[in-house]
Amino acid sequence: MTKTTPLNASHRALGARMVDFGGWDMPINYGSQIEEHHQVRRDAGMFDVSHMTVVDLHGERVREFLRRLVANSVDKVARRGKAFYTCMLNDQGGVIDDLIVYCMEETFFRLVVNAATRDKDLAWITKQAAAFDVEVTSREDLAIIAVQGPRARERMHPLLGTEDRARAAKLMRFSAMQADAGLFIARTGYTGEDGYEVVLPGAIAGEFWNGLREAGVMPAGLGARDTLRLEAGLNLYGQDMDETTTPLESGLAWTVAFDEGRDFIGRTALEAQLSVGVPRRLIGLVLEEKGILRHDQIVLTPAGEGRILSGSFSPTLGKSIALARVPGAASEGLRVDVRGRELPVRIVNPPFVREGKAQPGV
Amino acid sequence: MQEIPGDLKFLKSHEWARIEDDGTIRVGISDHAQSLLGDLVYVELPNVGDDVEAGKACAVVESVKAASDVYAPVSGVIVEVNADLADTPETINGDAYGDGWLFAIRPSASEEMDELLDPNDYAELVENDDH
Repeated sequence: MTKTTPLNASHRALGARMVDFGGWDMPINYGSQIEEHHQVRRDAGMFDVSHMTVVDLHGERVREFLRRLVANSVDKVARRGKAFYTCMLNDQGGVIDDLIVYCMEETFFRLVVNAATRDKDLAWITKQAAAFDVEVTSREDLAIIAVQGPRARERMHPLLGTEDRARAAKLMRFSAMQADAGLFIARTGYTGEDGYEVVLPGAIAGEFWNGLREAGVMPAGLGARDTLRLEAGLNLYGQDMDETTTPLESGLAWTVAFDEGRDFIGRTALEAQLSVGVPRRLIGLVLEEKGILRHDQIVLTPAGEGRILSGSFSPTLGKSIALARVPGAASEGLRVDVRGRELPVRIVNPPFVREGKAQPGV
Repeated sequence: MQEIPGDLKFLKSHEWARIEDDGTIRVGISDHAQSLLGDLVYVELPNVGDDVEAGKACAVVESVKAASDVYAPVSGVIVEVNADLADTPETINGDAYGDGWLFAIRPSASEEMDELLDPNDYAELVENDDH
């Protein structure tokens, strides 16, 4: 049984090409993925990401629970309204999922986890929460609309009440606020552009979506979302990392906080990996020649073979880019087998594109 | 969806073929195929003079989403390729049956054209594809 979001009828009315995405009927594009991509880089676009799962955690010991559950440090978010990105690991240090954690109140934190991993995430979180008397609630009643682009915030502000508008205008990056009509507005995203992710009751999602359209925000599908996040150097769970890889092998060492005395799940395994040396690393690649880097292509390096994780055409750069996992520390002489041709590729440090601009060296 | 011109023949793998006045066979991918692939970003064409064999891959079209082989509808020699596509592959998205053509073949056995689908059969195939 395919699942639908509260915006399904809106997508169909707009003539979207719909695809099955992890069991959800979602729009891949509304005509041209590349136009939607450029619209987000140049002005403002919006994505229905209601297939993602909102998980609310309530309890006196919720902060203590999060110190154990996730690899990044919840103590970096000292006050309500702050958010952080993290991985949730298994005992082997493998990534169960990546997620954003929002501090709503001292006894109430909100997680947003991936759609495809929903069931295993909920089972894992619930199991770990038992020891901390933390109540775990999956919020099926909520929709999520990501409004992204250099003009996204100014285009959305008129849809808010006067007071909320003023607060939203002052909202810092990676912060969130509660607003009227049950809106939860976070200045976060998955495109490398400024903007908001708005969590709201499913019942009013259609109305808000239409309001955004009238304000000049163009609907964009999951196709554009994928090329935007890749240009921004943001990992996709299941493709760039999974339970068989650690954050250290996935370009996510920056999200792991080895703060003193904190016994987070997977810490022992990560420390063991650090002590012997991390065997593989995640790198960014640029292909100057014609052709497209794609998932699972083989990367040939002086230290052995690696694989392309996420690869695509970059609409902003007009050439192909990829994230790859490779052995050793080679920085030159890399080639990728692109449909039987061995093409030279250049290593770069992601992100490839940020706030509409190619990054130095890309 | 663009209407299918009546003078085309099709492969099940979504290539179209048209007999030109000079007897050569012009080849492209169908409008249905371009819409499944989405925005095209790269086209790899054969060289003029290459021998091609009916049913064998001889070109590649790549969209943001996927790469797809293009099969030769008939055997013969490549006599012309649409070089403009190197800079503007999106022409295929806009005009699959016209300016988005890929290459032309001088057929060695033009009766191979008779084995291809006519527009009605192809339209039916596409319709069943969608369900």
